[in-house]
Parts: sequence; structure tokens; C-alpha cells
Amino acid sequence: MTLVTYDLVEVGEQLPNRSFPITRADLVRYAGASGDFNPIHWNARFAVGVGLPDVIAHGMFTMATAARLVTDWIGDPGAVVDYSVRFTKPVVVPDDESGAMLDVEGVVAEKLESGLVRIDLTARSGDDKVLGMARATVRLS
Amino acid sequence: MALDPSFVGRSYPPTPPYQVGREKIREFAAAIGDANPAYTDVEAARALGHRDLIAPPTFAIVLSLGASHQVVKDPALGLDYSRVVHGEQRFSYTRPIVAGDELSVVVTVEKIRSMAGSDIITTRGDIVTTDGEAVCSAYSTLVSRAPDPAPEPTPVPEPTPVPETGVPQ
Repeated sequence: MTLVTYDLVEVGEQLPNRSFPITRADLVRYAGASGDFNPIHWNARFAVGVGLPDVIAHGMFTMATAARLVTDWIGDPGAVVDYSVRFTKPVVVPDDESGAMLDVEGVVAEKLESGLVRIDLTARSGDDKVLGMARATVRLS
Repeated sequence: MALDPSFVGRSYPPTPPYQVGREKIREFAAAIGDANPAYTDVEAARALGHRDLIAPPTFAIVLSLGASHQVVKDPALGLDYSRVVHGEQRFSYTRPIVAGDELSVVVTVEKIRSMAGSDIITTRGDIVTTDGEAVCSAYSTLVSRAPDPAPEPTPVPEPTPVPETGVPQ
């Protein structure tokens, strides 16, 4: 049972915008939970050495965070049937108290058959659009 | 170096069974900062109609990324893994991953191509229960960046279903 129902949702409806702070501690925790220990996500010396401006967030962490806009809106995360993104720019996470900010917006893009609805997401960090073609298809009650 | 195109369509043996545990789901949900009770509270998950805790939509990467190493790290493929970045990711779910699932992944090479000197490979990881029930397909596009100085990738208009060359992720 989703919080949003298929009959009442309208194309063009905006999901509530969210801003998510991302700190170095978040990346360390995500590395441990996901098993992705690529040093570009926690070691500034290594990241700079391979030509990055600083430590960057895991793309999958950004993808997971952006999904929260959708799963919080529908209530039941099990209603997500398809989710896809392109990683267009890295989220650079400085070594300070505030880290980076991920700003996520979502809009109902299309009502499909069988209770399915497509939501298009936009994710920015600073001036950079960090996800492209970010789309979630959900099955609403 | 161009990748060996004969890898397209190749499938790899199923990975050893992975037991999805409640605590692993809780740990992953905490790591992505997601307080949805379906990930932590069994009764809340059951109230939504699930058998047990469900995993966040991107949890499947825990299974599929490791499984894809069978192919992307295969020396015969010719991918320079030291230059690999994550270009695209898609999850297509038949049903959510649920605590108690015993899952295995079969990786298939979907697509191989070259763009602006970068090698691009798309793998599909079919995640199935050990009873053979389909759960999720995870599509990962990895880009092995052209050797420096890399040419600037040509911007791709959004409606075109062509992967961008990707950035480190």
C-alpha cells in the first residue's frame, strides 16, 4: 500500500524537494556497508593523485540518496520497480564539518499502465548536475 | 585498447549463494541515512505486505558489483580496470529483495563499445533466488577512460539513449 495512489497522482506533480548533506563520515560508513572501498571515496591524497579535485562520493551513494525522495513519497520502497541513473559529475566532498550538499527534485513525468508511474529526478551538488536521466518507475496502489 | 567484442552475450556461472540478513539490510539503510521503517522494523515491513524486512532499491549493487568483477577483471577482456569509472546504473525489479532471501547472480555481457578513446562495457546481473525465482536485474555501465590527455567527451543530448563517458564514481 503506497501513500500516494495512482488515481490521484497527476503528471507534472512535484515531489517535495530535499537537500541532503554528505560528509566524509557518510562515505566511510557507505564504503563499509556496501563493500566498495575504492580510495577515491575516502583518501584525498589518492583522489588528487588520479586527477580528482578531492574525495568524491560513491556514485551509488548519490543514487541511493536521491531515491529517498521517491521512497519517502510513496512510503513503500518495495513499490519501486525500476530505477536508473547516469553519473554525469562527481559529488566532491571536502574534509570539513559541512561536507557537500545534494539537492534533489522530482516530478511525476508519466502515468503508465497497471498503476505504474514514472518519476524523473534531478540531483545537483553546488552548480553541478550530478545525475542524468535519473528515473524511477513505481507501482502505486 | 579496444575490448574483445566476442565477449558480448557471454554469461558467467552463478555466484555462490548470498544470504540476505536483517542486520545487513539495517546496516545498509543506516549507511545511506534512510530511516524508512520497512528496512528496520519487521512489523512495519509486514504491514506493507512484505514477508520480512526489505532492502533499499540500490542494495542490489552489493551483489551485482562483485559479481561483475568476474568479467570486467577478466584479463582476456582487455579492460584497464585502473581507469574504470561508473557511467550508468539501472535496477529492474521483479520484487524487492527481502531478508531471508538466498540469492545468486548470473552476469551477462550486454554491450561493448568504444567512444572517444574510452572502452565502455555494459553488464547485466540477473539476481535470482536459489529456487530460481527472478528478483532483480542490475545493469552496470563501466567506462575505462581513454589514456591522458583524455579528449573532452562530446556532450550527449539527454533524450539520446547513449551513455556518456562517465566520471569517477
